[in-house]
Amino acid sequence: MFAVRSLGFTKAIGKRFASQAVTRNPNFAQVNDADVAFFTSVLGEKGVLTEAHDIEPYNADWLNKFVGQTKLVLKPTNTKEVSEILKYCNERKLAVCPQGGNTGLVGGSVPVFDEIVLNLSKMNKIKDFNATSGVVIAETGVILQNLDEFLKEHGHCAPLDLGAKGSCHVGGNTSTNAGGIRLLRYGSLHGNVLGVEAVMADGTILDGLCALRKDNTGFDLKQLFIGSEGTLGVVTAVAWLCPPLSSSVNVALLGTSSYELAQKILLKAKSELGEILSAFEFFDSHCMDLLLEDHKTKKNPLEDDCKFYVLIETSGSNETHDKEKLNNFLESTLDQGLVSTGTVAESETQQKDIWWFRETITESLRSKGKPYKYDISLPVPAMYDLVEKMKQRFSEMPEVFVCGYGHMGDGNLHLNIVAPEFSDKVLNTIEPYVYEFTAEHRGSISAEHGIGLMKTKSLHFSKSEPMIQLMRDIKKVMDPNGILNPYKVLPEKE
Amino acid sequence: MSLARVLVPVKRTVDYAVKIRVKPDNTGVETKNVKMSTNPFDEIAVEEAVKLKEKGLVKEVVAVTIGPKDAAEILRKLMAVGVDRSIHIETDEDLQPLAVAKVLKKVVEKENSDLVLLGKQAIDDDSCQTGQLLGGLLNWPQASFASEVNVEGGKAIVKREIDGGLETVSVQLPAVISADLRLNTPRYAKLKDIMAARKMTIDTSSLADWGVDTTPRFDVVSVQDPPTRAGGVKVESVQELVQKLKNDGVL
Repeated sequence: MFAVRSLGFTKAIGKRFASQAVTRNPNFAQVNDADVAFFTSVLGEKGVLTEAHDIEPYNADWLNKFVGQTKLVLKPTNTKEVSEILKYCNERKLAVCPQGGNTGLVGGSVPVFDEIVLNLSKMNKIKDFNATSGVVIAETGVILQNLDEFLKEHGHCAPLDLGAKGSCHVGGNTSTNAGGIRLLRYGSLHGNVLGVEAVMADGTILDGLCALRKDNTGFDLKQLFIGSEGTLGVVTAVAWLCPPLSSSVNVALLGTSSYELAQKILLKAKSELGEILSAFEFFDSHCMDLLLEDHKTKKNPLEDDCKFYVLIETSGSNETHDKEKLNNFLESTLDQGLVSTGTVAESETQQKDIWWFRETITESLRSKGKPYKYDISLPVPAMYDLVEKMKQRFSEMPEVFVCGYGHMGDGNLHLNIVAPEFSDKVLNTIEPYVYEFTAEHRGSISAEHGIGLMKTKSLHFSKSEPMIQLMRDIKKVMDPNGILNPYKVLPEKE
Repeated sequence: MSLARVLVPVKRTVDYAVKIRVKPDNTGVETKNVKMSTNPFDEIAVEEAVKLKEKGLVKEVVAVTIGPKDAAEILRKLMAVGVDRSIHIETDEDLQPLAVAKVLKKVVEKENSDLVLLGKQAIDDDSCQTGQLLGGLLNWPQASFASEVNVEGGKAIVKREIDGGLETVSVQLPAVISADLRLNTPRYAKLKDIMAARKMTIDTSSLADWGVDTTPRFDVVSVQDPPTRAGGVKVESVQELVQKLKNDGVL
């Protein structure tokens, strides 16, 4: 299933990504037998993979869109091993691609050429949890869903939730400042990460695993590692602030006929549901069609097909209070004609089922064909305009599927275009238009997915040249040889 | 000729998706501060009754529940999916299947029901007795574990899920039918029906009003978690395997 690439190191990757063409940095060494022997002495044979069929899954991303050419995968079991590996790689000038759950969508988690994959899956212990403060300390490779289930046993939950939770790692979430469906309620990881333990490019271990809400002692260094996508250091452990589990959760799915009305519902929800609102997601009719086409046994929870679907979740501590607030809100959306139809989940099973519709869109897009995914922050009124404009641009290509969904409450659109094959024609119809539209509206070209390999050349649409230069300067200080996740995030200087 | 009334007894149980916990004193399952919902098999029974009504085979669907004050909540949810009338028999007592069946017999007589459709068992105690006991008390035929129900000419043709596969029986109405998992998929309630159900009245009475002897017939001695699964062990040779089996008394 995975394409086997046999490109020479000096060629561009894949003709389908003309705009991402990069060349291998000649300053990096190539892995040799002595290197493998060293790593084996540190990690043991179980921690070193060199056989082609063992390495294959580590070379390709989840979308099978970005495929690298590593010859070596290392799987450390503790921070000290990570430190020894990086110290050695820094001295030898061997490039390293840190890898967590490999669920990223911008090609940031797989090598471009022969960078050594440093896979952190084996560092998967939850080290400590304090129920009074709600702070959990976990190794980088703990899978988010496992953390969430552990926390639920202790009356708390993870501060974020996303579709990839069954595979993504807390270290990866931290390194990419992952967003998700609860950001509206719990805020971003920049606020919920209280401490980070990271290993720098030269092997220095930075133990910043503080579990304190307040600590104003010098520069807030952990922020450097949150969202820098493994280019400034390898995160090896995290301390997260986790919210108490809400005892009363309600999920409603509403159908409406226009994006205008969806915005009115959002405004109303924010003001009438207030502090109990925990998620506000939307998806268009194309998404629903896609889901039903891909999963023939599923039925639309609403009895009519609607142009827009809005998923509202409330989480609170008092069932009676929350139900009354929600029922009053829903009754008035019906009375005011904002909603044409809707339903409220009767049981946890129905809640999970309604969420299934929102969370499975990504998978179904992948089943449909070759997806081009755009994760854009825009002012809420302009969000769906971009989808409409994109549909118009593809009006002459009916074989291409366009849809929009996302975290409407945060102004984050997931625009998806699916083509039967990746092609320059499709890519050029989308880019740079999509980024130009975004820049015109002072939006972000990557709300939560990050830059990875995919968007380095578009970074300038959202960050000015002085800002990009400052990022390069910081990178130079922290990783003078540039071995950590090269070719990602920052564009090559022209 | 359509049936006048279908009675659907429903039970408020711990939500199916919640992880069940045994009380520390081993007297039962923890229900305080735990999310409660309609027993999923009863939801399926309601769905089937509503479908029969939509096919014109039944005139009225009546739901009944025996439980605490909060149990009224599930009746409201069910009225939003097509139950026409609901009866709430209030009690804080934990009733055993025979007691429930006796009360239901009185309800059937009062309501003059033509058919009783209920879930095969409740997911909190898994007794799977109420339907059968009720059939016995009423002296009505019964078809349990239904995965398909058809009503025609005064009979119900029911496909039953049994160990060996499927068995089709024909029962003369009136009868008791218990619903199994694959009978149907319960529908979502429509928003306007949910709002309307909030305003409907529920016929509420207390358990004492029905004059039934609900004395428990058995004592629950203890409730325990199943033993935790021990890890598997890899052996190096056939000899070692045989020795282990001998040591564990298996051979």
